[in-house]
Amino acid sequence: MHIKQELTERHVLTLTVDNEAGTLARIAGMFTSRGYNIDSLTVADISEDHAISRITIVTRGPPPVIDQIIAQCERLIPVHKVTDLTEAGPHVERELALVKVRGTGDQRVEAMRLADIYRARVIDATVNSFIFEITGGPDKIDTFVALMREVGLVEVGRTGIVGLMRGAEGS
Amino acid sequence: MSEDFTVPEKSGAEILIDTLIEQGVDTVFGYPGGAVLPIYDALFQHKKIRHVLVRHEAGAAHAAEGYARSTGKPGVVLVTSGPGATNAVTGIADAFMDSIPLVVLTGQVATNLIGTDAFQEADTVGITRHCSKHNYLVKDPADLASTVREAFAIATKGRPGPVVIDIPKNVQVATAATDVKRPTSSRFSPAGEADYAEINRAVELLANAKAPILYTGGGIINSGPDASAALRELAELSGAPVTSTLMGLGAYPASGDAWLGMLGMHGTYEANMAMNQCDVMLCLGARFDDRVTGRRDAFSPDSIKIHIDIDRSSINKTIRVDLPIVADVGAAIRQMIEVWKGRKYKAAALDDWWARIKGWRAVDCLSYPGSTQEIMPQYAIERLFAATKDKSPIITTEVGQHQMWAAQHFHFDAPNKWLTSGGLGTMGYGLPAAIGAQMGNPDALVIDIAGEASIQMNIQEMATATQYRLPVKVFILNNEWMGMVRQWQELTYESRFSESYSDSLPDFVALAEAYGWKGIRCSDPAKLDEAIAEMLAYDGPVMFDCRVHKTSNCFPMIPSGAAHTDMILHSDEVSGTMDDEAKALV
Repeated sequence: MHIKQELTERHVLTLTVDNEAGTLARIAGMFTSRGYNIDSLTVADISEDHAISRITIVTRGPPPVIDQIIAQCERLIPVHKVTDLTEAGPHVERELALVKVRGTGDQRVEAMRLADIYRARVIDATVNSFIFEITGGPDKIDTFVALMREVGLVEVGRTGIVGLMRGAEGS
Repeated sequence: MSEDFTVPEKSGAEILIDTLIEQGVDTVFGYPGGAVLPIYDALFQHKKIRHVLVRHEAGAAHAAEGYARSTGKPGVVLVTSGPGATNAVTGIADAFMDSIPLVVLTGQVATNLIGTDAFQEADTVGITRHCSKHNYLVKDPADLASTVREAFAIATKGRPGPVVIDIPKNVQVATAATDVKRPTSSRFSPAGEADYAEINRAVELLANAKAPILYTGGGIINSGPDASAALRELAELSGAPVTSTLMGLGAYPASGDAWLGMLGMHGTYEANMAMNQCDVMLCLGARFDDRVTGRRDAFSPDSIKIHIDIDRSSINKTIRVDLPIVADVGAAIRQMIEVWKGRKYKAAALDDWWARIKGWRAVDCLSYPGSTQEIMPQYAIERLFAATKDKSPIITTEVGQHQMWAAQHFHFDAPNKWLTSGGLGTMGYGLPAAIGAQMGNPDALVIDIAGEASIQMNIQEMATATQYRLPVKVFILNNEWMGMVRQWQELTYESRFSESYSDSLPDFVALAEAYGWKGIRCSDPAKLDEAIAEMLAYDGPVMFDCRVHKTSNCFPMIPSGAAHTDMILHSDEVSGTMDDEAKALV
């Protein structure tokens, strides 16, 4: 007997939650305990009084599992609202990455040139290194990081994505 | 620092007790320890709350469950930090699975010691996070009253469940103003009435069905006695047969005409066949558990499924339904009745359907081989039922064969009389649950139907019953085996009985006497009625060691990975082995 794999879809969920101790652990742990995937997770408080946080989770699963993930999130007491941006329609996703490369001579020039093409900014420089700051969709950042591997990538830090619905309405 | 001396201050422990009293708490099940000494001191000075001293914290949690399930009120547990809290975890997880309202108060080391691996420190909030409906670590006595109020609301409203409040020792001692008014939380608003458009559709489907079935669950019991009354009316109006999960027994009377018996793995043939063959299934407060559905892709293949549940996450979790309705099931049933009567629907002609059901009933699936030499376990339950049915007893169980035989052969006509660990399947539940039920229902006859293996898992609670003079009866079906394990080994592993023999059993009669109970032993079917009468006549706790046939199996049974239509009715249909796919399913 072998374990069967199922086809999965990528979904971006945003959660509005109470900004209190344990909320993140409750949500992240629920994903673990029920066997759901987390590709990325970002969280920061977003209200003037710091009472409410917004969490963006990128997850993967077959459609019924995505539906169940949303229901299980809504069941948690500190969770006020869950929006599936992928289902809800047009939306934007952005991620920020810091990318450090080391090199001299042609390698260094090539890194700079690629950064320019990808609209990455230099935020730190030494005679043999750069740190680039780049924002964009996950695909763009993946591609940029792959290119930097060719020209001396040292390390990379990524925020995970945040997303909003397009248009005038809130989610 | 300016202080307003006009505001009276109280310690966290006193605020806690005041708030418990305000919430109507009259009974607390607990066990003291270092990190709850301030609360125990406050309890000592308040005689309004009865404290039941258990002998192990697991017993406290299960006793609170028994109290809650039998009274409809939330059960309250008070235990110390570290091992006190971890011992209670099984009961918390049990209450979470079976949707039992509990408020569990745990002591914690002082806030300045949290995280230092202090004596009796455990991360209670972390450990209970995913087996409770919600939990809190209270860091300021000023937050205690509002936290406790919210905890009771969360535990009891919507789909009920356990809520844990972890209270560091210094928060119990420190004082806070007692007039702190926090805005009542609005973040928890469970579903109430259903949308009428959905109700209209559900009524229409039910009224036009040719082969309808009402599949009911523990949600109806949780919704309150009114929901059970409404269910009876809906069954009457629609003429549909009724089956129930293990947790829902008693919501519809077992003596009612429409009753098919329990469904699922050890349910009746007629209930499972009717589930398989129905054209409209109305699921009321049940959750399509794997013990109910059997093989999912063969579950009731041709029916239109309506699912009413207060918990949105229960809908479409394992079985896709056609009409999901998120609502309080009692309210929704009443709405259905209102619409049914308003539109003057008549029960459809279901003669053909009932004729088929009659055919399935004729299989007489609960029959078992009789014996004049030995007590058959099913016979023991039948005789216990016959002797007690007029006393409206509260029955608790442990987990295993005896539990299924009790579900099959003991019959319930009212809700809140059947307390069993359904979801988590916790051996050791029954005795403490019986103690909790007896505390909440001092005049009721409370019987724990047990197995000789399960009863030993919380046997220390015998002392609790003795201390509080609780006349609980423990009726042990003693077959000297962990019977359900033995049965699965016989059916699935070619009778390789790995570690399932209950060796070195205590002398249960001597044990009873050691705890100040009465002990009765019976192994002769001819003397069983007399022995049961002796048990019932005794004004005090009784342990009944009923020696039953040792290798009886519980049938009917849907084997692992099989469809409802593939029930095993008798032991001669057992093949003794299974493929890996079936073995891997629980």
